[in-house]
Amino acid sequence: MAVNTDKNVYTVVFAGVMVVVVGSILAFLASVLRPLIQENERFEKQQNILYAMGVNENGDDSGSVNFIPTDVVEGEFSTYIKEQLVIQGGEITQNDEAYLIDLKKQLANIKKGKEYKLPVFIGDKDGKKFYIIPMYGKGLWDAIWGFIALDDTMTVQGVYFDHKGETPGLGANIKMRYFMDDFKGESILKGSSYSGIAVAKGNNDPLNNTKDDNEVDALAGATITGNGVSAMISETVKLYKPYLETIRAK
Amino acid sequence: MALLSKKDTNLILDPLADNNPITIQVLGICSALAITAELNASLVMAISVMFVLGAGNVVISLMRNIIPSKIRIIVQLIVVATLVIIVDQVLKAFAYELSKTLAVFVGLIITNCIIMGRFEAFALANGPWRSFLDGIGNSLGYGIILIIVGFFRELLGSGTLFGIPVFGDPIAKTGLYSTGYENNGFMIIPPAALIVVGIIIWVQRSRNPALVEEN
Repeated sequence: MAVNTDKNVYTVVFAGVMVVVVGSILAFLASVLRPLIQENERFEKQQNILYAMGVNENGDDSGSVNFIPTDVVEGEFSTYIKEQLVIQGGEITQNDEAYLIDLKKQLANIKKGKEYKLPVFIGDKDGKKFYIIPMYGKGLWDAIWGFIALDDTMTVQGVYFDHKGETPGLGANIKMRYFMDDFKGESILKGSSYSGIAVAKGNNDPLNNTKDDNEVDALAGATITGNGVSAMISETVKLYKPYLETIRAK
Repeated sequence: MALLSKKDTNLILDPLADNNPITIQVLGICSALAITAELNASLVMAISVMFVLGAGNVVISLMRNIIPSKIRIIVQLIVVATLVIIVDQVLKAFAYELSKTLAVFVGLIITNCIIMGRFEAFALANGPWRSFLDGIGNSLGYGIILIIVGFFRELLGSGTLFGIPVFGDPIAKTGLYSTGYENNGFMIIPPAALIVVGIIIWVQRSRNPALVEEN
């Protein structure tokens, strides 16, 4: 078959057909797979929230991050998470689907001056209460997010971080166990101000023995991602300050 | 008839050494800098690129007679992007954990110049089977360099291999660290990859002077 592939008409038609074909394949695939993907994302959120409050399968193994398996996570989530709250315009309401709230959209609403919802999860493990707050911010390349679990003295009980596109081996290490574990025991309070926790270079405390300096040791080669984590924590703490003060007062 | 003729075998073996995509063709340097701080990431990237380049080369080769030359680069880009997105979506649905690990590589694969380079230089002019072999060969050549660079950067930079400490604990000063040895933080940052790649190029060209370009 001899087709003159240099003609303009052919080029335009080819481009048109290609767009339609590729577009249909991707659209079809996306609609078929969406329910499965959404379910996976829901489980992941539950795993992350539980991870932050220390419900995970880490055990004595100090190296890696081990979540509750996906097939039991739903049950465990309803066992450990006693209340899911939504803060909206100063009002606090219960909502069992608060964990599905997309924090990114809510932060965009705040920027636009629109109404926004802030979710908080109250967990209970061995009689101890955990207040788990979602976070969202910017790393070097793309979004970073996570959860921070606090007790009523504003001491961090656990964190979970994740990212969309940080460099593997550098910024991507914020989701490594050794980085996340450093936050445990740090306070988000400096005196009485809600300052958050800084990811600091050169704080001369690589083992993180000092727990009252509002600092954790930074990752080598990941300055901007680290700064992003610091900023994310301090922004979140600022945002949730009115709510956190009510817990502290109790 | 053997499965691979001598010519076919060369398609796979040449890129491993004398026609290596990174050290000789100087393609894919950018991703070699970005993700070789850890051996694990190098390995994952090498496998992902092998899949995409193998499949992409076949698709482009099948379409080679109908692609209008004026928009061939765009067509190549669409093919790579589509393949990567399909893999990403399928993994998200059926192997979510794995997709999380690979998510950061997706962007790096689409923009990897080895892939575009091989489409342009080989698949557009050759049949599907040979293009497939070329894809596998080049991604192996790419992978080998990635793994060599990743090995040295992780070993000297973090004192670990695949995340497992090999020199002892740098903070508690055990093992080799008790003698005063320190990890070289410079190896972690991207310029170190350039230096390691440079050394590989140097070694390779001193062993085979035929590879040295005339000025």
